[in-house]
Amino acid sequence: MQHDEVIWQVIRHNHCSFMAKIETGKFCRNPYNVTGICNRSSCPLANSRYATIRDHDGVFYLYMKTIERAHQPNQLWERVKLPRNYEKALEIIDKNLMYWPKFLVHKTKQRLTKMTQMRIRMRKLALKTREKIMTTPRKEKKREARREEKAEKAAVLDKSIEKELLERLKKGVYGDIYNYPADKYNEILDKEQLAADDIEEDEEEAEIEFVEGYDDLEEEEDIEDFGGLAVNKSSLDDDDVGLDDNDDEETVAVDHKRVRRESSLALRKLGNDEGGTKPKKKARVLVEILMEDRRQSTESVRGVFASFRDCEQVHRQSQEFLLSLIDRVATC
Amino acid sequence: MGAKRKKSEGEELLNEGEKENDKNNENISKKMKKEILPSMIKNKEKRSAVHAKLKHQKKVEKRKKLKARDAAEKRALELGEEPPARMTPRTIENTREPDETVCRPDDDELFAGNDADEFSSILKQGCAPKILITTCRFNSSRGPAFISELLSVIPNSHYYKRGTYDLKKIIEYAKKKDFTSIIVVHTNRREPDALLIIGLPDGPTAHFKLSKLVLRKDIKNHGNPTGHIPELVLNNFATRLGHRVGRLIQSLFPQSPEFRGRRVVTFHNQRDFIFFRHHRYIFETKESKGSDANGKKAKDAKSEKTSQQKVITRLQECGPRFTLKLVSLQHGTFDTKGGEFEWVHKPEMDTSRRRFFL
Repeated sequence: MQHDEVIWQVIRHNHCSFMAKIETGKFCRNPYNVTGICNRSSCPLANSRYATIRDHDGVFYLYMKTIERAHQPNQLWERVKLPRNYEKALEIIDKNLMYWPKFLVHKTKQRLTKMTQMRIRMRKLALKTREKIMTTPRKEKKREARREEKAEKAAVLDKSIEKELLERLKKGVYGDIYNYPADKYNEILDKEQLAADDIEEDEEEAEIEFVEGYDDLEEEEDIEDFGGLAVNKSSLDDDDVGLDDNDDEETVAVDHKRVRRESSLALRKLGNDEGGTKPKKKARVLVEILMEDRRQSTESVRGVFASFRDCEQVHRQSQEFLLSLIDRVATC
Repeated sequence: MGAKRKKSEGEELLNEGEKENDKNNENISKKMKKEILPSMIKNKEKRSAVHAKLKHQKKVEKRKKLKARDAAEKRALELGEEPPARMTPRTIENTREPDETVCRPDDDELFAGNDADEFSSILKQGCAPKILITTCRFNSSRGPAFISELLSVIPNSHYYKRGTYDLKKIIEYAKKKDFTSIIVVHTNRREPDALLIIGLPDGPTAHFKLSKLVLRKDIKNHGNPTGHIPELVLNNFATRLGHRVGRLIQSLFPQSPEFRGRRVVTFHNQRDFIFFRHHRYIFETKESKGSDANGKKAKDAKSEKTSQQKVITRLQECGPRFTLKLVSLQHGTFDTKGGEFEWVHKPEMDTSRRRFFL
């Protein structure tokens, strides 16, 4: 015999393993519960006639329990597959639970509504990309941290950066911005001295021109003192390499003379700027010098950088970086 | 008698064999007797005493060796001969497992590959890189500070808030607006945690793990970076994979550094950890011996080598400091499901302490 009251009394007052009590109320964890609350009318164990909706892989089923099968727990729950369409599902519920108490029918329909809404939302979310949290075991995190410490100590970063910068300076990547190392400086000085002597003997007109230019340069230099034009001139510094070495010996000789009097980095910089400010007058010459220079410097590395012959200005940088990379490789 | 004879014969034979064995055994036993490990002694006081004695002995030996070495060097220098070769210490870098993918300077295939890869357009033609920086969906605490510092380090970079856009949509948007790369800073537990660098239009996606982040304000005596285009220093990117990653990093920066700005940005690879530093540098001459080699005096004395003028660099750190570790490199833009991964870090790669991939 089915005594619902007795069952309820026993369950409720003694112990029900499906009950979960939290501060907002008592809930029932039984999967067949229609409302989810622990109630006399919602308990699937204490009601011999019960109906609920459960979903399996996105398909909803209506489960029903009647008193006639109470003695066959194996075949207790009868299930009916509900169609995808919400209205049709409602009709089917109505048909199956036709003469059942209103409470159950109402609650079943509510549950169906809720579940369809949830199903729609889950489908929408599955289409969007969600971030997946990957966890790493703690042992690995610690191991990585330890290895990182040791790698940092082995790297000796400051020293290696300083070494790299000094190498670049020696190679001449910076052009004329900084002082040459003393030996080269002397050599070039002597060369220019000789060259300047030669030219002075030959052309006097050239001298006169040069002197005027020098005066102009002086004015320009003053302007540069006040203006922050150093930044823009940097792109022209590449030209200066060619300038100093070949044709513009006159201007260069003067620069060196001035530097000799007041050897300071800043003046040297401005001196180079003066050379740089005159590209328009001697543009063609400059380009030729550049080309010659580049060929000389690239011949030494022609075998390796055959592919980079095209656009020198832009490639110079990549050359430098590749050279440094290769140096690293050689040392590794 | 016979038995005795046999015995004696046997003994003789045995003896001959045994003599050698005996000697070995004796030696071995002697050694064993000498080298009783301190850990085999059960008495604590005695054990610690023996251990201390052993240590002291070792120290004394080491010092003796060192002194002998120094003396030998001095003697050789005085005599004018070459000093005996210095021994190099054994380091993990020295004993690194040989890797066949290490780039060699005469590798034509490498340069051909460089010409044909995604970065060649930026690195060669010099089209200015334009960077888009964004975050993951939830950004908090140190994230915004880190991003503002990144904006100052990388020239021509822009920050856009993430919103709830899909990363793939962001990539399309960036392509339309002619960006050359995207950097996504990922935050976890209120700390920037990972960096995702995506090259555009169809560049590779590199996922880095970020750690040890130190912001500019936390560095003592930090400098303030100017707006000049910085120099790049990429150290130790030896293998093919490392080379590729190096080029990816290189493509973030414009290829025409302004040397007058004296700004250097360093990515130093050591044992697969990429250390990022940002400095301002200055060259200084330090005279160790003799007089000033500048000016008129230099003109007179050509080959003056007694006055040793050393050029040194001084660095002032500015900007953030962090370390990156490559987690995965994917061919093509961000697509975890359908993309082809060129390299993925697996825990089984960590088993050897001398094997590195970058």
